[in-house]
Amino acid sequence: MTARAAGLSIDARTPVGDLRLDVALEVAAGECVALAGPSGAGKTSVLRIVAGLLEAAHGRVACAGEIWLDTDRRIGVPAERRRCGYLFQEYALFGHLSAWRNVAYALHEAPRAQREPRARELLARFGLADRAGARPGTLSGGERQRVALARALARRPAALLLDEPLSALDARTRAAAARELAGVIRDAGVPVLLVTHDFTEAALLGDRVAVIDKGRVLQEGSASALAAAPATAFVADFTGAVVLTGEARRGDGGTLVVTLAGGGEITALEGEPGAVAVSVYPWEIALARPGEAAHDSARNHLAVDVLSVTAVGSRVRVGLAAPQPLTAELSEASARELELAPGGRAVASFKAAATRVLPL
Amino acid sequence: MSGWFGVLLAVALAAALTFLTLPVVAIFAQQPPGDLVSALGEEGALDALWLSLRTTAAAVLLILVVGTPAAYLLATRRFRGRAGLVTLIELPLVLPPAVAGIALLAAVGPSTLLGRAAQDAGLQLTLATAGVVVALTFVAAPFYLRQAIAAFEAVDATLLDASRTLGASPARTFARVAIPTALPGLVAGTALALGRALGEFGATLMFAGSFQGVTQTVPLAIYDRFATDFTAALALSAVLVAVSAAILLSVKLVRGPDAVAR
Repeated sequence: MTARAAGLSIDARTPVGDLRLDVALEVAAGECVALAGPSGAGKTSVLRIVAGLLEAAHGRVACAGEIWLDTDRRIGVPAERRRCGYLFQEYALFGHLSAWRNVAYALHEAPRAQREPRARELLARFGLADRAGARPGTLSGGERQRVALARALARRPAALLLDEPLSALDARTRAAAARELAGVIRDAGVPVLLVTHDFTEAALLGDRVAVIDKGRVLQEGSASALAAAPATAFVADFTGAVVLTGEARRGDGGTLVVTLAGGGEITALEGEPGAVAVSVYPWEIALARPGEAAHDSARNHLAVDVLSVTAVGSRVRVGLAAPQPLTAELSEASARELELAPGGRAVASFKAAATRVLPL
Repeated sequence: MSGWFGVLLAVALAAALTFLTLPVVAIFAQQPPGDLVSALGEEGALDALWLSLRTTAAAVLLILVVGTPAAYLLATRRFRGRAGLVTLIELPLVLPPAVAGIALLAAVGPSTLLGRAAQDAGLQLTLATAGVVVALTFVAAPFYLRQAIAAFEAVDATLLDASRTLGASPARTFARVAIPTALPGLVAGTALALGRALGEFGATLMFAGSFQGVTQTVPLAIYDRFATDFTAALALSAVLVAVSAAILLSVKLVRGPDAVAR
């Protein structure tokens, strides 16, 4: 394991309760790795080990050229000196302090006179200038998340750790928060490790996704690569929906027509116009030879290139370029019958009703 | 709520209220207020009052300074034998005051090793004001510790974690996050300890004795007078009622605004 200049490098083998955690991850500066998996998989434990809040029996953590943990050399930098910006799942704002004092709490090493102006400036950047004096108890979920983000960034962290950043928000606020969070991640310039149980969220926010289950990283790669060629049945199930992005407008009969980024058009039944993410489950997508597809009831037909064909148990995952990455799942028999092979062409069909549209 | 059950509830409340307030009201009703005030002027009454306030303040200060970090440790760490430790700390709660007095004499009395060591160091415990503070601390500390442990246990551990990731040391986290968050419970515990210390009688009498101006606190002074000068005993009792009521009221005021803010 080599600590890249400004990257975050993690290697931890330790029991956590009943779980045996065995995780190695590298996150480059400016990169966001989404650690995705079901609850109890050990995701949060990884963040806590990086932040120095959980002891590891064996482990090494290095960030920005500093060694934070090396059990072999008995190095364990205390949490307060690790310069981690940690966004907690329920935000963990201090209820006895106003919003700006919550942010200023992270600035206690700065000269006293600079703390309040800097805290207010950070809050203003998140559109919370007029809420700076409010107690967390009186803030909405979205406002709380932004105060917590401002607080986590206040110390100019060397790494950003985000624990289920969107899960405490209702569906309405989530889209706006996701957009803002994507901006924060893009501008952070430091390694970002994000934990989520939702693959769609991982696909939208992470440059790479690492799927974790029972304490182990099962597979790592881009979201579309994982969905197209899952290494195990668990990854196949977990990666579930494929995510495509595009611009939606109203079509006839109350439908929604989405022009995909990079080309192609999709019809959906519900959703709002504007920038959207469209998700479809691989098992909802049928494949046919070019020119043979138009006879079924599906409204959506996309001409695709076949990129990969991967057997997962008795099923076959087919990675496609539409030109955005798309994944279909078929039985082995149909895959044989269609003579699918990388480099070939096909038509992907799915019903408008199988298409979910999320605002971006 | 109507019918016989409603009547039953109302009767029960009226009975409880009468029984609990009648004796307190009687203290003030027995004598004209003027007599009560002049009885306070009696030599020794003000001494007792002043001594009670000083020793109670000293005991509660000791309890806060030592008890708060101790309670934090017990509330935030899990280790083998923790439950047994908490039970040991709580034991003085159920100890009869006379037993507490005997226990203190046996532990730090003049004939014991510790007692002699204290005396050599210039600290007279038995039959001295310092002994009163020891007795008050012994009986009142568990009231505070119990509340403080519960209050710290109720603090969300992720708040303490968040504080650490924001650059605060464990000590700063304790002072700036744990204590403010647990404050309502700590205040309630302080009030309980104050009330218990102010009313302490048995252990003080047995361990420190009852010497005017030195170890005779208000409860001891009341006991000293009730056979010979009932008016003086009433006057001191009235003062104790007033001080205790003030403590209770101020606690409710401190917790009130916070309870509204939540």
